[in-house]
Amino acid sequence: MPSLDDLKKRITSVKSTQKITKAMKMVAAAKLRKAQENAEKGRPYSEKMNNIILNLSRSITDKDNAPKLLSGTGNEKIYLCVVLTADRGLCGGFNTNIVKKAKSFFETIKSEGKSFKIITVGSKGYDQLKRIYGDQIIEKISFKDSKKINYPDAEIVGKKIIELFEKNEFDVCTIFYNQFKNVITQIPQEQQIIPLKSSETKENSEIDNYEFEPDEDEILSNLLPKNISTQIFKAMLENSASEQGSRMTAMDNATRNAGELVDKLTINYNRSRQAAITKELIEIISGAESL
Amino acid sequence: MSEGFKLEIVNPEKSFLSKEMVSEVVVPAFEGDMGILKDHISIISFLKPGLLRVIESGSNEETYYVEDGIIEFKDNCLSILTSNIFDIKKVDKNIVSEALSKAEKDIQNSNISDQNKYLLDQKIEVLKSLNLN
Repeated sequence: MPSLDDLKKRITSVKSTQKITKAMKMVAAAKLRKAQENAEKGRPYSEKMNNIILNLSRSITDKDNAPKLLSGTGNEKIYLCVVLTADRGLCGGFNTNIVKKAKSFFETIKSEGKSFKIITVGSKGYDQLKRIYGDQIIEKISFKDSKKINYPDAEIVGKKIIELFEKNEFDVCTIFYNQFKNVITQIPQEQQIIPLKSSETKENSEIDNYEFEPDEDEILSNLLPKNISTQIFKAMLENSASEQGSRMTAMDNATRNAGELVDKLTINYNRSRQAAITKELIEIISGAESL
Repeated sequence: MSEGFKLEIVNPEKSFLSKEMVSEVVVPAFEGDMGILKDHISIISFLKPGLLRVIESGSNEETYYVEDGIIEFKDNCLSILTSNIFDIKKVDKNIVSEALSKAEKDIQNSNISDQNKYLLDQKIEVLKSLNLN
């Protein structure tokens, strides 16, 4: 049975933790709104980019000579996995979910007898992966210093990927990130960016006749690297919105739990206090009786 | 019948500019400046560093500096995707000189490809002309 003093100390400590989590929730809520806005603002760019690439790849007649970024290297032996996580913790299952998704992907690749390499973006992902997959991590990138998600950062990652691709270091590139659905739900996603998945190219209904200047191939080879950066940027934006959303929910829960704990501890405290008073009374009464 | 077309300029962070009615846009396309008027044929092209001129119906003109990008014209709607764009009237001179000195340094690097060299040359030229004004 903890003493009254201990209980009192615990109550104060839980209360101050509650204050912190509450403040973090508020901050996350404010940041979330901004992040969400940014994610929405960034959408037109990636959508348009996708559209143009779709149109371009449709009009390419010589499929065999298409840029490798579009068609792939022909093998599927080495995978490059880019795991995008946050730089900070205390955001619920946000980082763990991405890592979990990535891990299960790694295991499938392993069981198929293929090899893989990992690039981590964000320090939390690196921390969680380095123990098991330390040998496979070839690069860790962190943007702890930049306050806001910006495009040049994404370009750095994109350029690195392309550099590796040109050196034939890998055949397929997949990125992992959390897609923001709403404040409570974030869906961990895997998205293949090299070679470009052509699942959307099915609808042949409206083929536009474009004029290209210079020719298609040149535009494509100029555009595809940009598209990689754009996709990464999009993933980073989604990620940052998800992170804040996840943190907000996690901190909301923590605040509520702390409240419950305080209530429980207060009842305990009052009970012990009452018990102590009763004990003292009994001592006094029995002392008086024995006289 | 209206005399203009729609213009949209987006960069990765946000939609930079959107205009319902412009009469002409001159873009610094990779193979030379290109003026686009209403009912132009559908076209996709990409940009080199240069000046982008937007001419509105009331004959007022706005000029922007773009570093790279892709343009798509379709159904009288011109979309320009660029990652680096600014209005030359509002830009800080320091930013221009900074970009200029960076480009001049880059071009000294001997192992860049001819295409990059050409692009950098263009960039320096345009930035210099901006600096003079």
